[in-house]
Amino acid sequence: MTRRPFLGWFVSPAGLVALGLAAALAAVFQYSLRAYIPGSLDVGGFTLGNFADLLKPIYGSAFLQTVALCFETAVITLLLGYPLAYALVRTRNKALKSVILIIAVTPLFLGEVVRTYSWMIVLGNNGFINSVLMGLGLIQKPVQFMFTSFGVVVALVHVTLPVMVIMLAAALSHIDRDYEKAAESLGAGPIRAFLTVTLPLSMPGIIAGVTTAFAWTFSAFATPQLIGGGRVNTISTLVYQLGFASFNFPFAATLSVAGLALTLVVLALLKRVMRPLEKLGEH
Amino acid sequence: MRQPLPQRLLGISGKLLIAAILGFIILPAVVVTIAAFNSKAILTFPPSAYSFRWFERAVSYGDFKKGFQAGLTVTLWASTIALVVGAAFAFAINRYQFKFKRALEGLLLSPLIVPHFTIGLGLLMLAAQTGLPRGYPLIVFCHVVLVLPFVMRCAYISLQNLDTRLELAAASLGASPLKILLTVTLPLLVPGLVSGWLFAAILSFNEFTASLFVTTQATQTLPVAMYNYVREYADPTLAALSVIYIVVTAVLLSLANAYLGLGKVLNVEQGR
Repeated sequence: MTRRPFLGWFVSPAGLVALGLAAALAAVFQYSLRAYIPGSLDVGGFTLGNFADLLKPIYGSAFLQTVALCFETAVITLLLGYPLAYALVRTRNKALKSVILIIAVTPLFLGEVVRTYSWMIVLGNNGFINSVLMGLGLIQKPVQFMFTSFGVVVALVHVTLPVMVIMLAAALSHIDRDYEKAAESLGAGPIRAFLTVTLPLSMPGIIAGVTTAFAWTFSAFATPQLIGGGRVNTISTLVYQLGFASFNFPFAATLSVAGLALTLVVLALLKRVMRPLEKLGEH
Repeated sequence: MRQPLPQRLLGISGKLLIAAILGFIILPAVVVTIAAFNSKAILTFPPSAYSFRWFERAVSYGDFKKGFQAGLTVTLWASTIALVVGAAFAFAINRYQFKFKRALEGLLLSPLIVPHFTIGLGLLMLAAQTGLPRGYPLIVFCHVVLVLPFVMRCAYISLQNLDTRLELAAASLGASPLKILLTVTLPLLVPGLVSGWLFAAILSFNEFTASLFVTTQATQTLPVAMYNYVREYADPTLAALSVIYIVVTAVLLSLANAYLGLGKVLNVEQGR
């Protein structure tokens, strides 16, 4: 057996954190199976009734709306993130590289509230875009961006773009450029070389980026809450309302469990669908 | 050598596309900056007069001051604990085989997938069930859980880039494992660990959704105080605070890039 100095010291703190996290997740599962006592913070006995309530149309439509929002956001983020990651990795200009990196990464660290508030000023009826369009005489009355799923998607794309760029750039930077040069020396144009060599080789980054964008959008709360303004219901906003407006923690837990299950299923499906594409990159 | 026309067009449209995407990313920051200097309480574009009054209000507003202090306390504890726990665990993953390695790693990385509201809700329920108070220890633990995946990633990347021959050289010269760890391995990991700590600190200071669940009126962090403000008032105070946020974050990241090499830390530098 190999020597493993300090193994216990290195692993046990992480083990304690993992234990606490597991206990918190277990608490959510436990609550999801408890009966709700209206007007009380205590919970009743075990029941499957909460899961039966999930079948009500309002929750079904919230699930559909959330998944649609996540898909739209993930796809648009990928389409915007790929060119940016490509430019970041391939530009030879050091200063330009730093500028792209800082601009692309800074929003990641601003937090959801600052970014959402900024988008409220951009998209509002008296906001920046409507003021500019009306000032130019292009529109007569403000276009409604706030309280629409379009406005929510725009702000969410802004939230997920940095992490998409980081994941794509990590994948792109590890591709050997000789493959592309080989393709071009064999007569492929730059577009063909990109489509047949670079794109398939960057597939692991695309899968990681899309997966993370999906999960982060699912997790977003301030954006759908403030920009959606109650008219765009997602799982996160419903969980919050159930918990803190009606103190129905058991059903909030049930929605969380169902949301988590849905996330895992969608992510597994995404991986499944995209894996054959990844194979294209293996030579 | 001049490139053929189609390729030049491709190059130009590519540059325009990149400029447009960068513009999309910067747009809210620019707009919020203009709004912050607007002197009226109601936002209009372009503002009819400019002033600093919202900056004054942002730094003197009681809830923001308290939120800043509470947030800073939580952030310093959480990012430091996460750094120690995450770096040690990344080292164990990089070097050793042990029982439940994959399971433990998977569980600790799960906050990247598990929604923040689920983790916040879970900790809130755990506190309710066990009778633990909803005080700072609970918030700090929550933040440790959320930032740990990022610290682990930073530490792991530095460990992978570390030249283990230096450790072997020290060992062959008779250094004990502890001495090698403290005098060879740890110093070589410093840039990665510092940036891991910085990432953890910035993420923790800005964390909102889970904090909303685990904080109380007395312990609310700055993002929670900001969220409560935007639901009550419509004046540009929050715009001024956002500008301060954006400037501080951009300066910190530029420093990190200059001294630590952000590209290397994020693993996005050209491999070959």
